[in-house]
Amino acid sequence: MWLRRKLFIVSDNDKIIDEVTSSDYKYGFSTEIDSDTIDPGLSEDVIRQISLKKDEPQWMTDWRLDAYKVWKEMDEPDWANVSYSKPDFQNISYYSAVKKKQYDSLDEVDPELLKTFEKLGISLDEQKRLSGVAMDIVVDSVSVATTFKKTLKEKGIIFCSMSEAIKEHPELVKKHLGTVIPKSDNYYAALNSAVFTDGSFCYIPNGVRCPMELSTYFRINEAGTGQFERTLLIADKGSYVSYLEGCTAPQRDENQLHAAVVELIAMDDSEIKYSTVQNWFPGDSNGKGGVFNFVTKRGICETQAKISWTQVETGSAVTWKYPSCILKGDNSIGEFYSVALTNNFQQADTGTKMLHLGSNTKSTIISKGISAGRSHNSYRGLVRMGPRAKNARNFSQCDSLLMGDKCGAHTFPYIEVKNSTAKTEHEATTSKIGEDQIFYCQQRGLNPEAAIALIVNGYCKDVLNQLPMEFAVEAQKLLAISLEGSVG
Amino acid sequence: MLEIVNLHASIDNKVILNGINLKINLGEVHAIMGPNGSGKSTLSNVIAGHDGYDIISGDILFDGDSVLDFPPEKRAHLGLFLSFQYPVEIPGITVSNFIRTALNEIRKAKGEESLGASPMLKLMREKMKVLEMDKGFLSRSLNEGFSGGEKKRNEIFQMAMLEPKMAILDETDSGLDIDALRVVANGVNALRSDRNAFIVITHYQRLLDYIIPDFVHVLFNGKIVKSGGKELAIELEKRGYDWIKKEQK
Repeated sequence: MWLRRKLFIVSDNDKIIDEVTSSDYKYGFSTEIDSDTIDPGLSEDVIRQISLKKDEPQWMTDWRLDAYKVWKEMDEPDWANVSYSKPDFQNISYYSAVKKKQYDSLDEVDPELLKTFEKLGISLDEQKRLSGVAMDIVVDSVSVATTFKKTLKEKGIIFCSMSEAIKEHPELVKKHLGTVIPKSDNYYAALNSAVFTDGSFCYIPNGVRCPMELSTYFRINEAGTGQFERTLLIADKGSYVSYLEGCTAPQRDENQLHAAVVELIAMDDSEIKYSTVQNWFPGDSNGKGGVFNFVTKRGICETQAKISWTQVETGSAVTWKYPSCILKGDNSIGEFYSVALTNNFQQADTGTKMLHLGSNTKSTIISKGISAGRSHNSYRGLVRMGPRAKNARNFSQCDSLLMGDKCGAHTFPYIEVKNSTAKTEHEATTSKIGEDQIFYCQQRGLNPEAAIALIVNGYCKDVLNQLPMEFAVEAQKLLAISLEGSVG
Repeated sequence: MLEIVNLHASIDNKVILNGINLKINLGEVHAIMGPNGSGKSTLSNVIAGHDGYDIISGDILFDGDSVLDFPPEKRAHLGLFLSFQYPVEIPGITVSNFIRTALNEIRKAKGEESLGASPMLKLMREKMKVLEMDKGFLSRSLNEGFSGGEKKRNEIFQMAMLEPKMAILDETDSGLDIDALRVVANGVNALRSDRNAFIVITHYQRLLDYIIPDFVHVLFNGKIVKSGGKELAIELEKRGYDWIKKEQK
């Protein structure tokens, strides 16, 4: 019985996340902002147009065209444990920009947009005042506001939109873009390379510890617009950064394609912590609509560097996502902490790849899948110990939690070991939320939904603990909201 | 305060409770004894509102109002507490987090404000002292890896924190050694007042040496077949249940 829900009407106050009365997607509103859109369809001309509109240098245009050629020769992958009707790539608009661009103060920002942030419970005002989080907010494809830039500048940290980086820091972009995820890596990465409109760029200089969590909120905001984010994050030697990425999307009837690429470069002795809360529109309770989230995320670790991916995935109709680590340098460390929750008709095929190249490399994988409704949730992971990966270590734990008897949980772990001194451990469990657990909580005064939220939060604790505090609280609420109506 | 009127209940079409009548006033402790399979645990589950049972007829009144249509959490909000015979494990949720959530849900239902972290902790420490519990208890996952005795102590700890009006202790003495039994009983006795009442379900008279009941009832084949004072428990201890079974034939 997952159909116990009602239409949610958004009020102007920002306490949306506290509303626990219905379980249809709660961020399903769209903001009317004057937009500048290129006609749907994909061709060399369209790519040139995008590049032109963004006022890009020739090398960037060429890079995109090159990617387009690669993409045209590729086929959409079908090995994932998901089924959906393939998007019509000629029916997608590849560019949508909010007309007015950068602002010095909030007063200049479109009030409609500010309202959107308020509805999301993250008004800029509040963000600025309370949390010390610098925001590079992406509404559709072009950044409209960047805060805390000055503080970062003093430390020599660059945190800006990708478009800006292409203009202002071409040497960094040119040197690193596509080095972790080449254009030809996979179908969606190639598409992204050809048509990406914007995203975030971040550079932390040698020895600098970034004093605040860097945060980006993504949002799809134009009917029929695919969103192709491109993120490049470079941590120079001995630096540290914690980066938060969270996204919600307005409710749409047609499917929306989201094919992002995130590249992380962790140089010697540096550390990158990358946290995601993903809450794209999952489709309604009958499986209609929802975002296709086909994301390529990968990081490379040089000597003694560390990359830690933490993700809480509750949204999207179809998710295809494997944040990975190339442990190239000796003594480097890769971590992957994941909670993937699917409800109703959602499908998720997610996991990680840990590629151990250097000696004494270490990786940890903690994956918690939760399936409810008629959803399907797959963990797919690869641990590869290369021939030079002397004394490499991996520990993987993949747990699945099932709610009801119509959902599915699947695990596809791949392990390849080519060095006899390497060790890898894999643990897996599958469990159901027991009626006795729910009754016990009810007897203590919790309603069944609160009981399930509590049990699920306990189950996910090892992952949620990895998130920065505010994010963890938000993620807990998100899990509770996403599971509403899954009992009864 | 709690009144059970001619209650008949079944599970999977098998009748377990066969006309229970019981009236409990504030300030009273009632012991319910009986052989295995007599319906003791069913009775406590049905009072708590477990939805696995069908109520065939009869009623359960709390302060004069029927609670049959109330879900378990609403009964808990009214002040009903069940100390489980087999407390469940909830991995990843600490004892303190669980109790805080429970207490604040109940307060919310009563229209009271949530209790802040600091007074909550203070209250927990006080109650733990009475139950001779180690502080490390609070940060352990609820019932996970607890010994039988620890689980029962944890139940009584929760009861002490939630301060229910009507508490049912379902075989709280099973799995307890004699020292733990004394501590748990002391905890219960410390809570006894004229503002609450207890049902103590037990197989053995031993617990009743520590928690002295006002009334003892014998449950057999889903019916209360005999009621009396403390001395009835002693008689049962001596003679067993056979003479009761014979009387019923």
